Amino acid sequence: MDVELRGITKRFGPVTANDNVNLTIRAGEVLGLLGENGAGKSTMMNILSGLYSPDEGEILIDGKRVDFEGPGDGIAAGIGMVHQHFMLVPVFTVAENVILGVEPTGMFDYLDLATARKQVRDINEKYGLQVNPDALIEDLPVGIQQRVEILKVLFRSAEVLILDEPTAVLTPQEVEDFFGIVKSLRDAGKAIVFITHKLHEILEISDRINVLRGGRITGEGDPKSMTENQLAEMMVGRPVSFDVDKGPFKPGETLLDVKNLMVLNENDETAVENVSFHVRSGEVVGIAGVQGNGQSELIEALTGLAHAAGGKIDFLGRDITNVSVRERHRMGMAHVPEDRHKSGMISNFTIYENMVLNTYYEDRFSSGPAIKWPDVLKTAAQYAVDFDVRTPSVYLKAGNLSGGNQQKMVVARELERETKLVIASQPTRGLDVGSIEYIHSRLMGARDEGDGVIIVSSELDEIMALSDRVLVMYDGKIVAEFDATAGPLDKNAIGLAMAGVTA
Amino acid sequence: MTAASTTDLAPDAKIDTHKARQARIYGIVLIGLAVLVAAVFGYGSEGNATFGLSRPRDPWVIPNLVVPAASFNYIAAAVLAFLGVRQFMRGGSRWSTVSIAVGFALATAAFLVWATAGKSFSLTGMLSATVVAAVPIALGGLAGVLSERVAVVNIAIEGMLLAGAFTGALMGSLLGGWAGVLFAVLVGGLFGFILAALVVTYRMDQIIAGVVITLFVTGVTSYVSSQVFSEYRFLNNAPVFRAWKIPFLGDIPVIGPVLFNQNLFVYGALILVSVATYYLFHTRYGLRARSVGEHPRAADTLGINVYRTRYINVTLAGMVAGFGGAWFTLGSVGRFDENMTGGLGYIGLAAMIFGRWHPFGALMAALIFGFADSLQQKLAIVRTPIPSEFLAMAPYLATIVVVAGFVGRSRPPAADGKPYVKE
Repeated sequence: MDVELRGITKRFGPVTANDNVNLTIRAGEVLGLLGENGAGKSTMMNILSGLYSPDEGEILIDGKRVDFEGPGDGIAAGIGMVHQHFMLVPVFTVAENVILGVEPTGMFDYLDLATARKQVRDINEKYGLQVNPDALIEDLPVGIQQRVEILKVLFRSAEVLILDEPTAVLTPQEVEDFFGIVKSLRDAGKAIVFITHKLHEILEISDRINVLRGGRITGEGDPKSMTENQLAEMMVGRPVSFDVDKGPFKPGETLLDVKNLMVLNENDETAVENVSFHVRSGEVVGIAGVQGNGQSELIEALTGLAHAAGGKIDFLGRDITNVSVRERHRMGMAHVPEDRHKSGMISNFTIYENMVLNTYYEDRFSSGPAIKWPDVLKTAAQYAVDFDVRTPSVYLKAGNLSGGNQQKMVVARELERETKLVIASQPTRGLDVGSIEYIHSRLMGARDEGDGVIIVSSELDEIMALSDRVLVMYDGKIVAEFDATAGPLDKNAIGLAMAGVTA
Repeated sequence: MTAASTTDLAPDAKIDTHKARQARIYGIVLIGLAVLVAAVFGYGSEGNATFGLSRPRDPWVIPNLVVPAASFNYIAAAVLAFLGVRQFMRGGSRWSTVSIAVGFALATAAFLVWATAGKSFSLTGMLSATVVAAVPIALGGLAGVLSERVAVVNIAIEGMLLAGAFTGALMGSLLGGWAGVLFAVLVGGLFGFILAALVVTYRMDQIIAGVVITLFVTGVTSYVSSQVFSEYRFLNNAPVFRAWKIPFLGDIPVIGPVLFNQNLFVYGALILVSVATYYLFHTRYGLRARSVGEHPRAADTLGINVYRTRYINVTLAGMVAGFGGAWFTLGSVGRFDENMTGGLGYIGLAAMIFGRWHPFGALMAALIFGFADSLQQKLAIVRTPIPSEFLAMAPYLATIVVVAGFVGRSRPPAADGKPYVKE
């Protein structure tokens, strides 16, 4: 089945998300769609799957024009979408999730789960997916959950599969398995649209590449003859450097010393088990690992947001295991939280209010119970300039900023004071290349000034580019440590450790 | 690659888990109960407690249950103490919940034995009354299950019960009992539909919408009953559904009178609970409804109409609550009094939570509350040393104990209480 998009334009209020986009998708081919966040990739795919309707332009399937009215229409026409955020019901089984909406039924609307299981097994075998139809989704690792998403669209006889950032949550080894599945789908004659912002992946898996920037197709190419740098330039619109500037490695005294730390998650299960490590001045310690292996809980315990169930945390020679969050801040701990919307900022507050969330009580911003707003405003404006937060005014609500500018605001708040230790969790998740470069340079600046830096990221490339030392977390434990100063890091070995394979 | 951790492992790092803490609390409660049972119920009992199981005219008469009160209660105390100590020794083992449940059951039995020591008491009668008292709670709980499974919190159940009771009395008086039930169901469904409109279409806060409906119904029914019904008494004089004995089954000792010699509302509640279970867990539309309560966006991407699903289920919930409301008038006294639901709608919500958002769970929980209610009524007759005003608190106390102590971490539908906004 071939699909053609002709002159698609979609506007959201004043924003044009897609501007006269033309795209051809062919059976038995993997089309790589490359673009930064906000380039309009997802909008386009939502149009293709029927979730949005375009303001202009038309969709042709095998040469015939189709009009989609709702999300059901895309799938009815054979176009299935695997969303970046999985659309699975966690308390349902695999089979229940797969059949939802197109259930086989018997008398009295009886849900025929036996047939469903059999059908799921058949698809499993055909494409080598290996998913147990009776497993509960919440018990499955994300890699398998993703296969359930693929099962869902195959079960609906999709001929076109749209995969939206499918590798974001996978380990390098899971990515290999996943590519195997994509290839077997392609060889079975399915048309695949592979959306990503990762350059090496698109070069590896695609048969054809389209690059999207600012809602327009800015480039097309053949992956066999293109380089990462060419692609990056098409994606960003200017030459991009992948190297991070950092000074020579001069570690100083130990700032943070963690011994046998134990942290429980909200369900009372051990999330961090017996973790011990240290961070020195002028050193970047990267914590690698697939999401959900205890990194979040570890950071919460270090920053005082979670209670340490056992073990000891020493910071600047003082036991801070049970010290309040504010006291940790005062001692020079800076924290860029993993989810800026949940815990990094208050969307409904203005930029200047957000800028002083951690310092408003200091004498420079408060006298008695009153806040000295003129001083706050002046300082916040200065911070915004210093950290390249692009906004017409600091009176704007933080929620109205773009993701990159929100993150720069959070980083500004955390770094614009006397810091000793900077803890940055997923500091560049979902940001554009320009913001990523900028935030990386500020973090490296903190390191070169003698701060200790902890970076948690599920992007292995980011960890490898920034760290002087890499710790790998798996199942709540630190399972491996790699020294980047002794020689180049072995990506494969780190990847294996992330998957729990210890040497 | 170097080894991960060079520091020595702490061999038995003390981890204070919630489970361990909970086990200790359960242990303390059980030992407290043991002391209470031994010191008050055991020491204070004399003679035998006689529990009647059959009536003399029953086809099969089985002998009464005669329990030596003091010995029984001392044994009960010993078992409680054993369970309590075991909680301390074993920590949070998976028997914790069972232990505390058995503990409360034993303590209740001991209380009953103490209260009837030297007297006679119809156990079958009380169980039968338990089932009757459980009906409005179970139906309220079922209404809660139906709407919360599609993620609409239904605080309006109290109001829907009251509306059902009022309509049942009014229409029952005018057109007869069956018409009363029919209109009660329709009016309940109407309020369900209004709740759905407020929270689904207009995205009003679900708690406030529920409270508004309850307040509205309370106000209107109180006004009409005090201003109109007092003038025109024939409007508030409805026929009552009598018990229908099911042939043969109704003659089985104990079980017969309790389950098979009841009125329309008891049978109706049992059937509705079964049908709702089948609907929610064994049909296509049930699967869709549950997916809407857990992950509405996922349901939406699969072409399931989230809004329509919520409208239908919340309206059905209202109809169930309307039927439950008719119990108050057509199923028991035949007339409407101001505020006669007395908060049973809220107890129904507690039953829903205790029953883990499952229709049968809600029914079981409702039976516990119904037991507490019938217990206090029967004991008020038997004359115990405890003032009847205190006994009247029993169902509410049971609610507090159950909701605070047992519920723990039963998990509501993931999207419960959240409005769904289409992108």
